[in-house]
Amino acid sequence: MESVVHNHWSPLLGRLWWDAIPQEPIVWATFAAVALGGIALVAALTYFKVWGYLWKEWFTSVDHKKIGIMYMVLGLIMFVRGFADAVMMRLQQAWAFNGSEGYLNAHHFDQVFTAHGVIMIFFAAMPFVTGFMNYVVPLQIGARDVSFPFLNNFSFWMTASGAVLVMLSLFIGEFGQTGWLAYPPLSGIAYSPWVGVDYWIWALQIAGVGTLLSGVNLISTIVKMRAPGMDLMKMPIFTWTALCTNILIVAAFPVLTAVLCMLTADRYLDFNFFTNDFGGSAMMYVNLIWIWGHPEVYILILPCFGIFSEVTSTFCGKRLFGYTSMVYATMVITILSYIVWLHHFFTMGSGASVNSFFGITTMVISIPTGAKLFNWLFTMYRGRIRFELPMMWTIAFMLTFTVGGMTGVLLAVPPADFVLHNSLFLIAHFHNVIIGGVVFGTFAGINFWWPKAFGFKLHEGWGKLSFWCWAIGFWFAFMPLYVLGLMGVTRRMRVFDDPNLQIWFLIAAFGAALIAVGIGAFIVQVGYSIWKRKELAVDGDPWGGRTLEWSTTSPPPAYNFAFTPVVHEIDAWDDMKRCGAPRPTGNFQAIHMPKNTEAGIILGGLATAFGFAMIWHIWWLAGLTFAGMIGYAIFHTFNYNRDYFIPADEVTATEAAALGQLAPAGA
Amino acid sequence: MRHPDSRPNPRQTPVLARVLAALSLTGALSACNTVVLKPAGDVAQQQGDLVVMSTVLMLLIIVPVMALTVFFAWKYRASNKDADYQPEWDHSTQLELVIWAAPLLIIICLGALTWVGTHLLDPYRTIGRIDTKTAVAHDAKPLEIEVVALDWKWLFIYPEQGIATVNELVVPAGRPLDFKITASSVMNSFYVPAMAGQIYAMPGMQTRLNAVMNKTGDDFVGFSANYSGAGFSGMRFKTRSVTEADFTKWADGVKAGGQDNAGALDAATYLELEKPSENVPAARYASVSPDLYGKILNMCVEPGKMCMSEMMAIDARGGLGKAGIRNVSMLAYDKYGRAASAAANANPDAATRRELAWVRALCQQDPGAAPDNIVKAPANLQSLSGAGLTAPQSIAPKSVAFDNGEEHAAHSPLISRN
Repeated sequence: MESVVHNHWSPLLGRLWWDAIPQEPIVWATFAAVALGGIALVAALTYFKVWGYLWKEWFTSVDHKKIGIMYMVLGLIMFVRGFADAVMMRLQQAWAFNGSEGYLNAHHFDQVFTAHGVIMIFFAAMPFVTGFMNYVVPLQIGARDVSFPFLNNFSFWMTASGAVLVMLSLFIGEFGQTGWLAYPPLSGIAYSPWVGVDYWIWALQIAGVGTLLSGVNLISTIVKMRAPGMDLMKMPIFTWTALCTNILIVAAFPVLTAVLCMLTADRYLDFNFFTNDFGGSAMMYVNLIWIWGHPEVYILILPCFGIFSEVTSTFCGKRLFGYTSMVYATMVITILSYIVWLHHFFTMGSGASVNSFFGITTMVISIPTGAKLFNWLFTMYRGRIRFELPMMWTIAFMLTFTVGGMTGVLLAVPPADFVLHNSLFLIAHFHNVIIGGVVFGTFAGINFWWPKAFGFKLHEGWGKLSFWCWAIGFWFAFMPLYVLGLMGVTRRMRVFDDPNLQIWFLIAAFGAALIAVGIGAFIVQVGYSIWKRKELAVDGDPWGGRTLEWSTTSPPPAYNFAFTPVVHEIDAWDDMKRCGAPRPTGNFQAIHMPKNTEAGIILGGLATAFGFAMIWHIWWLAGLTFAGMIGYAIFHTFNYNRDYFIPADEVTATEAAALGQLAPAGA
Repeated sequence: MRHPDSRPNPRQTPVLARVLAALSLTGALSACNTVVLKPAGDVAQQQGDLVVMSTVLMLLIIVPVMALTVFFAWKYRASNKDADYQPEWDHSTQLELVIWAAPLLIIICLGALTWVGTHLLDPYRTIGRIDTKTAVAHDAKPLEIEVVALDWKWLFIYPEQGIATVNELVVPAGRPLDFKITASSVMNSFYVPAMAGQIYAMPGMQTRLNAVMNKTGDDFVGFSANYSGAGFSGMRFKTRSVTEADFTKWADGVKAGGQDNAGALDAATYLELEKPSENVPAARYASVSPDLYGKILNMCVEPGKMCMSEMMAIDARGGLGKAGIRNVSMLAYDKYGRAASAAANANPDAATRRELAWVRALCQQDPGAAPDNIVKAPANLQSLSGAGLTAPQSIAPKSVAFDNGEEHAAHSPLISRN
């Protein structure tokens, strides 16, 4: 294998030199496609003169709804990128048999699986759940926005900044070749000397700032901004899961920040936290990163549990069964998720008592999770189930996730983990829960709240095609991996010497192809629905919703609610509908609103440049951009022109126009 | 699985037949070699059995849940107007008790199984039985094998025989095996699925694995189960399990040297061997420096490096003080590249000579022994069900299963370095 030495450095460009252009035809072709597509997109946006609109209405917006939608768009773009990596892996592993090296060399393949994991977790799944929480939580609790609207915009641009760095690594330099959690010593400077791991570090570090601040923001929103009457045990269940998720974020992400700082110190400043030198301990890194890493998976899954709860009770036309036990189950999961992390490294030589302890705590999590599943099940019991798309995704989730949960508990038995750790069985397990839980939850949520966000439903036919391709494709793609795991096949392999394995990889590749059709169908579904939006138009409450977001128009006005709603019951909107609460039609007041600001996108841009400069050791630029960020943030604090009032007349006009669309509460 | 004896050899099965077989689950599992469930070693067999047992235990609850999901979805579909509809029904104390209690019961059973299984199958614990019927004899001496994960191949040292191999593991069937495992540079995981579960191989640290092979065979595979860089895919070794007599014959053959023998493995040969290389063919060494493994573990094969054990001893006495600040190259293993300092050793300049003299004055170049972390198993251990484990101490104060002092010593410092 070629081992290229990159040791060029100049004061002006740092390590950046011609050799930063990857020597891979596949990358060139991708770059050409991306460049052409990008140019076409920029040209189209310029031609249709939408730059101003995008800047004013979206990029600088502090409206939680628009930021939520931007998170979803970011998530979808990165999801497609991450999926392209997945397809490349499936192809390579189905190909590299009988002496064939496949079509990817080690340098490329190792980047592909690293990028796939990093992108799917940090830049697809995280934006999805943050997007949902951003969009839905303020509406569900009857608030006008989040607590800190500018901070929200800033958080988004920091996340986007991290995503930009990951994408840049595809064309300038390289990405890490370490696996998504970059275990040292492999990720140390001695064994990963070039920029790959640095891209990983800075993308995560910068996006992590966004995630953490968004967590702070949403906690304070949920704690402080609920409508009058909505005490904690009347909060919609999605808001509950969002609260627990953000508590997890605020408690767990600093650990990631700290461990990344230590790795940075090792790589940049000759420190020895995790090196083999001077008694550094790589195992400490593994320990620390999983203290963040395990709560992280609950950060992803809890909001999806919330989505499934809302969808189940809505489409069964029935109150959620066991609301209280659902809330306690969520809290128990939140706490337990902190005492299980060692199950990720049973095989590193801990004693039997330590392993048993963490194995058993892990199993214990399945109790509240199981309780949740039963609660959904008994919500369906004696319901009137309408099989709209969100409900279909929910049922697919219930059937898929149980299997993933079962294999997860199996892996929590340490002796079983000794034979299955790092095998394709493990890969099958976590895709089983992450696709079955987070991805299915995302699609359920998108189909559920799309009408709220845009005022028209997503087309059902294309949605069903997407659903069936995903639901079937998933089983084809991952069941073979369970079998391969039992055959003793380990993960991250690039070539295979046992020809008997190939058939399983071919089946898995077929499954990936089905999923690709599912993703394609989803994109068509969105496009087609936008085209046919007049026919698909809906009123404020298309599904017979139960929570407050369905009490306002679709899409909601900038101020969400003309008057703050008063809550008496768990399903506040359902309660209002049944009591025939009248909708206010007059006496509107001027509404105090936060003003858009370009500070978020400017800080995000500076952060991208700072990250890039640090990655390439362009010290002058790093210094300049860092000073720029601090300076600009201070400058922004002197901007006192941050709010405005929507005049009462305008509110009256908006509400009058909405009346036609809104179902009167008593109807 | 249906006809284990008439099972077709998958290598000769036509592709179409394999596709058809893959379509049915039972067919699928019999058409392929699920080595994790049907291994050749007793430890792996117990681990595989535990996989099956846990799965069955969980299916007790998973199957009803999945069936109920489908049944409720069908029964309470909106078009079925005959079904009960109670939109306000959202609570039932009895039902919620069942909801929490049923998974709890399963987890209590599984937890008990886990506690017992994890202790019995602790890789640090000497094995108590050869197979379900045979206990390990009291005077049985396990075969020690020292394993080093290199970039990207495996080195096996047989201290008793004084030989070493690369990418070839030969073990006598039916004799307890005692692996001591470390690595040269990055993390790997030592895994022979047919023999026993894996354990990580990490630089500067030692992990242990106790196992036994019950069947003889020529084509078992072993590999690294933790990604370790560019050559990871090719980091595989053939594992042969042979009779005791054949093993002795093989070891004598390696010792005798011969045409395809790589000769002696000393520090210099090792430093050459540890340089990164991929898809390395098997090699055999007729002799090994007796202190080589200790030096590898303590990262001081290269002359002029201080052994980890010595560093720890010095640190335990309070460190080197200011003198330790300047003289750091002897502790740098990754940083300045092994090749560079090896070259400096071969042709030392004045500064290097000073440094080397300093290290030699401090160290005896004796790696020191790694603390013994092994857990002793009771000799009459029979199965995973707990037979052989004595009752808890409150009932039977004279427990033999877990000697108190020993368990403490064994479980807290798992890594030689601690």
